[in-house]
Amino acid sequence: MNLTGLTSEVLAGLSYICRSFTRSSVLLTIKRIITVIHTPNPKITTFNIQSRFNKQFMCISLRQVNTLSQELHSEFMEVMNEVWSSSQIRSAVLISTKPGCFIAGADLNMLNACTTSQEVTQISQEAQKMFEKLEKSTKPVVAAINGSCLGGGLELAISCQYRIATKDKKTVLGSPEVLLGILPGAGATQRLPKMVGIPAAFDMMLTGRGIRADRAKKMGLVDQLVEPLGPGVKPPEERTIEYLEEVAITFAKGLADKKITPKRDKGLVEKLTSYALSIPFVRQQIYKKVEEKVQKQTKGLYPAPLKIIDVVKTGIEQGSNAGYLSESQRFGELAMTKESKALMGLYRGQTQCKKNKFGAPQKEVKQLAVLGAGLMGAGIAQVSVDKGLQTILKDTTLPALGRGQQQVFKGLNDKVKKKTLTSFERDTMFSNLIGQLDYRGFEEADMVIEAVFEDLNLKHRVLKEVEAVIPDHCVFASNTSALPIGEIATVSKRPEKVIGMHYFSPVDKMQLLEIITTEKTSKDTTASAVDVGLRQGKVIIVVKDGPGFYTTRCLTPMMSEVIRILQEGVGPKKLDSLTTSFGFPVGAATLVDEVGVDVAKHVAENLSKDFGERFAGGSLEMLRQMISKGFLGRKSGKGFYIYQEGVKNKNLNSDMDSILASLKMPSQPDVSSDEDIQYRLVTRFVNEAVLCLQEGILATPTEGDIGAVFGLGFPPCLGGPFHFVDLYGAQKIVDRLRKYEAAYGKQFTPCQLLVDHANNPNKKFYQ
Amino acid sequence: MTSLLTYTFKNLPSTSKWALRFSMLTSSTSQTKSKKTLAKPNIRNIVVVDGVRIPFLLSGTSYKDLMPHDLARAALSGLLHRTSVPKDAVDYIIFGTVIQEVKTSNVAREAALGAGFSDKTPAHTVTMACISSNQAMTTAVGLIASGQCDVVVAGGVELMSDVPIRHSRKMRKMMLDLNKAKTLAQRLSVISKFRLNFLSPELPAVTEFSTSETMGHSADRLAAAFAISREEQDEYALRSHSLAKRAQDEGLLSDIVPFKVPGKDTVTQDNGIRPSSLDQMAKLKPAFIKPYGTVTAANSSFLTDGASAVLIMAEEKALAMGYKPKAYLRDFMYVSQDPKDQLLLGPTYATPKVLEKAGLTMNDIDAFEFHEAFSGQILANLKAMDSDWFAQNYMGRKAKVGSPPLEKFNNWGGSLSLGHPFGATGCRLVMAAANRLRKEGGQYGLVAACAAGGQLHVLIMEIMENTKSM
Repeated sequence: MNLTGLTSEVLAGLSYICRSFTRSSVLLTIKRIITVIHTPNPKITTFNIQSRFNKQFMCISLRQVNTLSQELHSEFMEVMNEVWSSSQIRSAVLISTKPGCFIAGADLNMLNACTTSQEVTQISQEAQKMFEKLEKSTKPVVAAINGSCLGGGLELAISCQYRIATKDKKTVLGSPEVLLGILPGAGATQRLPKMVGIPAAFDMMLTGRGIRADRAKKMGLVDQLVEPLGPGVKPPEERTIEYLEEVAITFAKGLADKKITPKRDKGLVEKLTSYALSIPFVRQQIYKKVEEKVQKQTKGLYPAPLKIIDVVKTGIEQGSNAGYLSESQRFGELAMTKESKALMGLYRGQTQCKKNKFGAPQKEVKQLAVLGAGLMGAGIAQVSVDKGLQTILKDTTLPALGRGQQQVFKGLNDKVKKKTLTSFERDTMFSNLIGQLDYRGFEEADMVIEAVFEDLNLKHRVLKEVEAVIPDHCVFASNTSALPIGEIATVSKRPEKVIGMHYFSPVDKMQLLEIITTEKTSKDTTASAVDVGLRQGKVIIVVKDGPGFYTTRCLTPMMSEVIRILQEGVGPKKLDSLTTSFGFPVGAATLVDEVGVDVAKHVAENLSKDFGERFAGGSLEMLRQMISKGFLGRKSGKGFYIYQEGVKNKNLNSDMDSILASLKMPSQPDVSSDEDIQYRLVTRFVNEAVLCLQEGILATPTEGDIGAVFGLGFPPCLGGPFHFVDLYGAQKIVDRLRKYEAAYGKQFTPCQLLVDHANNPNKKFYQ
Repeated sequence: MTSLLTYTFKNLPSTSKWALRFSMLTSSTSQTKSKKTLAKPNIRNIVVVDGVRIPFLLSGTSYKDLMPHDLARAALSGLLHRTSVPKDAVDYIIFGTVIQEVKTSNVAREAALGAGFSDKTPAHTVTMACISSNQAMTTAVGLIASGQCDVVVAGGVELMSDVPIRHSRKMRKMMLDLNKAKTLAQRLSVISKFRLNFLSPELPAVTEFSTSETMGHSADRLAAAFAISREEQDEYALRSHSLAKRAQDEGLLSDIVPFKVPGKDTVTQDNGIRPSSLDQMAKLKPAFIKPYGTVTAANSSFLTDGASAVLIMAEEKALAMGYKPKAYLRDFMYVSQDPKDQLLLGPTYATPKVLEKAGLTMNDIDAFEFHEAFSGQILANLKAMDSDWFAQNYMGRKAKVGSPPLEKFNNWGGSLSLGHPFGATGCRLVMAAANRLRKEGGQYGLVAACAAGGQLHVLIMEIMENTKSM
């Protein structure tokens, strides 16, 4: 999903249109003759459309463009007018010559530049008009799709008369607007339901999920598939696009000659479904169901999905004029919401955190070794072997190793069941995993990631053992959630090669990787760790070493507050519902159970040594008592809740009542309203995050936001702690903190950087 | 390419024998070779004494009621008859096959016993997709070269009229469990697990296991990758059929031995040779990539039943037994590459390699016999061999090696027209090259065949002066 990508480059660099209407060559040749016409005023045109014309047919290629902008709109209209007005042209093909990308969506900068919803609505209406004209074209236009066809790109494609897509893994069609807090604003809310049916259209627009070409064909989203080609007498990618164009041309001609009809044969099920949906009552039921589901999942925190439903409904029930109007208006409104700004910020941050700003490492890691085949170790191994990285998984006992190997196999096999992998691919990936109990082969390792138990002495022992067998260039990475890397590195002979790689559980699902560098860690070691992380598909933040690094450090004061709130008599269920309704994906009490009570206690004890009173709040005695009774959370079957295999609704652990009762504290009524409880939790988190930036643990606010959202589940609708401060207002947050400070003391004292922002409203983390 | 093919084709009917003879004369007399012989000091010379095949038939025709070992036996009997080799002189027998009949998994042994070979002669069966009989022959070469054997029969067989269709895994599991169940109660409990979908049968895989793609599909993509048009492919297929027809009419396919099929007439010739017209061929719909692909039934090799066998000996043994062998089997190699995008590109990689190994150049070869899986595949290979870009980017060469000249290429038809019984094609190619060298005059022949799995076999053969007179 590359919505920003090259836009700026395009805007800056390309100042001419590459165009040719080589009428003279019409009957002579299929050879490409491209002439470049410089426009009189180079400022007007910034986009690069190349159109070729031969034998009653126009081929429109988008060159080096991957987003839809207003400039492209006008360029495109100019070419289309040429198509419509020329008596010689009977059909057209629309293709992008940029490998791996048809059009990845609208230009986000275009939306960000708008200051009012009216402006955005107008952009939407212009696009609607253009696509409507395209849809009503009497001369067939074939969209030839290779690579991402997302958002506005999809809206353009579905306005064409015919769609041909390459059956490539990179070819993905989808409407990801909802993930950015907006809706498809160029007609998709009206066209998609007609094209793929109401349920499938809702699914696409409400989940934003990308659809692979073969599924798109089954759904009726594309009409034909073209297989990607292997090597020929030119590079495969280049020839594949050429071939796609050739095939598209034959279909464009066939459509113009009426030898092919764009209509699709529908299967029986499809026919029955569309019949059922012609009954108003059935439709109403569907709207109701979908709305209920959305309400339940978003808790009303995300306005976009509900508006999408509303717009689709308007179009179907009141006709497309009303639908288009509603679409453009809602689009304008949504683009101005805080939620949308937060989500777009996250999207940009995610893109940034998928790049290696440390450059390419001197030596690419080819052989990886993971120590410890536990949940984390096996997870790290899984995300490595499935990217083709040779990985040794070492443990000390055969049963422990076998469990880890089985975890990797199961992870891969689940993908086979979901049909995203073939069994053959699974087998070759699994062959990249070598399970063993000794250090054989470590002399060839380029990187060792240890994921042994969180115990400094054990980590020291492992480090020394490993350094005795690995080559000089090999990086030693420690997967720890709280032990300072500098302390681990004290026993190292080569501390410049020691780094922290903090993965999040479950490793194959959680996108974040927190990389921790000490003062001694070399830049090349960091580059190498980031490179491996990126290859493992991770979103990466790089932070400085310190107790709890960034993520654990932010979470701990919030957890301390969780305990205090529980001690003040708020039940785990109530606490969970307060946190989830604020936007956290997992409730606070459940989170303790998921992390593990012992782990939480361990971390809290360690960090409170380092940070003292600021990390105080709830009594750790609660965790200690829970551990003594064996309530370790999900892994032991009991924590705040009772966990049973196959039971979906978890019940409260009634044995907790006595612990909670024995540690009960009086609550302070003026800071204990539902809202206050939510803000006590979130302001402690945010304050600590800002302090991390202030202290230089974090290099950028972006990394702080990405780490909080992707690693800790900070509410995405708030965009992360730093976006939250910007959008909610630093002053308001400081006010809240002062209020709680008055009640509880230093734990809520706002940090200097936050106070600075509050004092100066022009100061923003994101300009 | 197009023009060349059209040219060859258009000139066929009128020129026929004339042109052919003329080209033979030029090729045999005008060239001087890079090497006088490929014989190597201290290495045994290995010869193919002679070889035969039963007529290759479209699946579902006269052989349809037979079993694979019946065809193999017919080829073995034919070889015995043709060469009069004493049965007990044969040290070893090897056959290649692809789709195994489960009753005769070692089809070589069953066929040899049935053909009356000594029961003291061991036999084994090899499989390597479409180059199974090539593997049988080179295994024989290995046995002789290492001094283990002097006389080996190698061959191949395929019967596509009947293939093992199995019960589903679930059904098989149930049947096996039922076998183990001792009591009635146990049996009933096994049977109670039966579901109707257990009955859906399992067909032998037609797709590449690693990629789940059929070979025809891959060939279509290959043709597209090299921008080979439908017309070019149809023209090449027509060339194959036309040349095969002429070879058949002129009696050049002398490796064929008649086969009296029990209960049916004696089969004397291949029945897949059908020269059509380009117009007729253009009417066919694409067989794999629908609706716009270019590979059709007319420009693909068809499912075929057939068997072949050759007699391979150490040269001194053959001479001692009074034979005048047909050809030497010289340098050979197997190569393999990406089974997805380069499934059928083996000839491109292997031809230059084997030429280098032998110390020859493309010009030294007088007869090329390439297995024609698909027109598009042959043309793609010719184009790849003629591409500097491909040589530089995929073969690690500075420049292209060039493609074989068409006038020396599959002059008596190929798998597209003669048919392609998977396991038996290799021996046909070797005999075609040997017979062409002897008929057309020439010294070196090159045989190449690609196979599923992205593998390939290539072999250089040589005719020596002292055997030419035969």
